[in-house]
Amino acid sequence: MADLASLTIHEAAGLLEGKGASSEELTRAVFDRIRRLEADIHAYLHTMEESALESARASDARRAKGEARGPLDGIPIALKDNLSTKGVPTTCASRILEGYVPPYDATVVIRLREAGAVFTGKTNLDEFAMGSSTENSGFGPTRNPWDLARVPGGSSGGSAAAVAAGLATAALGSDTGGSIRQPAALTGVVGLKPTYGRVSRYGLVAFASSLDQIGPLTRDVRDAAILLEAIEGFDELDSTSADRPGGGYAARLEQPLAGFRIGVPREWFGEGLDPEVGAAVGEVRRVLERLGVACDEKVSIPRQDYGLPMYYLIAPAEASSNLARYDGVIYGLRKTAANMVEMYKETRSAGFGAEVKRRIILGTYVLSAGYYDAYYLKAQRARTRLREDFGAALASCDALLSPATPTPAFRIGEKTADPLQMYLNDVYTVSVNLAGLPGLVLPCGLSSAGLPIGVQLIGKAFDEATLLRIGHQYEQATRDASWRKRRPPLEGPRA
Amino acid sequence: MALTRKQVEEIAHLARLNLTPEELDRFGAQLDSVLGYVEKLNELDLDGVEPTAHVLPVTDRGRADEERPGLSPDDVEAMAPDFRAGSVRVPRILEG
Repeated sequence: MADLASLTIHEAAGLLEGKGASSEELTRAVFDRIRRLEADIHAYLHTMEESALESARASDARRAKGEARGPLDGIPIALKDNLSTKGVPTTCASRILEGYVPPYDATVVIRLREAGAVFTGKTNLDEFAMGSSTENSGFGPTRNPWDLARVPGGSSGGSAAAVAAGLATAALGSDTGGSIRQPAALTGVVGLKPTYGRVSRYGLVAFASSLDQIGPLTRDVRDAAILLEAIEGFDELDSTSADRPGGGYAARLEQPLAGFRIGVPREWFGEGLDPEVGAAVGEVRRVLERLGVACDEKVSIPRQDYGLPMYYLIAPAEASSNLARYDGVIYGLRKTAANMVEMYKETRSAGFGAEVKRRIILGTYVLSAGYYDAYYLKAQRARTRLREDFGAALASCDALLSPATPTPAFRIGEKTADPLQMYLNDVYTVSVNLAGLPGLVLPCGLSSAGLPIGVQLIGKAFDEATLLRIGHQYEQATRDASWRKRRPPLEGPRA
Repeated sequence: MALTRKQVEEIAHLARLNLTPEELDRFGAQLDSVLGYVEKLNELDLDGVEPTAHVLPVTDRGRADEERPGLSPDDVEAMAPDFRAGSVRVPRILEG
């Protein structure tokens, strides 16, 4: 029997449909892998084997009656632990929410449940999604399946590692400054950050409300298309969700690319980019050119270098406001004290980790009287200019091509001494959130050390269809590449 | 643009955080470094540029003023650190 835990969603769906396997068998195969590998990887904060098997059996029963619901029915999906799941612990990898069990489901969770998905568990993340390595988790880091001494990236490191190691068929993550795309690149999986507003944020624990988006981490582009179709769409419970039609992504993956133009903005290939990453992205460009796509190097995002400074003013400012709700009153951790203010301080100081505290303090400072104009407002004005740059570049192109990260996966502990060093990992991803545009990351090779390299495609607002189409055809054109035959070196018992 | 220890203390108070002396020093230095980095934005000419608070062209969305179920007292009791007689119990709010 095929290695069930390594199948894509569409391969598994085909097998289930053809009665080659049951959802229960598929789910058991995933949990067998979790039993073998999870102690080394730590992708999960909470696994749901019992309820997963119940859901799997319910899916099999539906299918037996001819009532299967679609490509996600019976498929094991992992959920990042900042997605609210009714009756299931949701910690955001923070001690301040240790033991918190939400009384409601996120909209994306409801939609996946209605599609018949089997939830395997809640995955690890940097605390409150603040980080680029999952080392800021309050419950220990996740390790990269390709090299257990290295980070899987962050903040959706647990989801990315789960998909890369066969500990789920696919996963949902969230992305505020690169938190789906960067871990996808470092673990060799596909990651999509949809256009801001494409997917409802109801039930996603808020970090930066003008930047956050939920999206899929998958083994191939078709799977990302399938998941996006299931979770996207207007939601009256999220006043920032866009009332725009979507869908049809999977059906249009094969439409020809001849005549497409892709911009390759020169600012994205400067200092700080690992030469092997640059070379791999160059190779992607050549593959696309052979598919009939014209690549234009004259395209420019003049204010790209201001993306990180803008982001590290706007995101902490919004976070300081969003995290004010963690006060020990109604839910989560409470440290008793003589009066309310002391209770807030004791609770928050005990419950939040260092990076969260840093960002709250930075955010509070840049919003405070006397500093608001010089910092926060300035950053929001700069953001307008950056959006204009993207608008101008995408007026003459269908998409932009860039590296996803400056380097492959770094070692655990390598970048934790200086927060600024960690922030620089997001250099290619933050601008996309600031502009509100969709971004797709695809595996495009392995470094000489055997570590995954990812490439990023950036699209026009609400044009996920173009990104998925280009990504799918790039994938198909390189399906026999030698680097695609390699797998994370995980098999076998622990030494 | 050096952040003084006093400033960090004041901000921590506003953010309802107690920082140890070690944290005050460490975070102060790290934040100074970040603030130094973001000074780069001063290279841009942003006179008269409208700020982007929000990327979507959406304005206020309302819904009909209809009663909908909220959290039940049981829901709150299940999650509250200290719940008695239908209420969440908290320490003294006002002094004196």
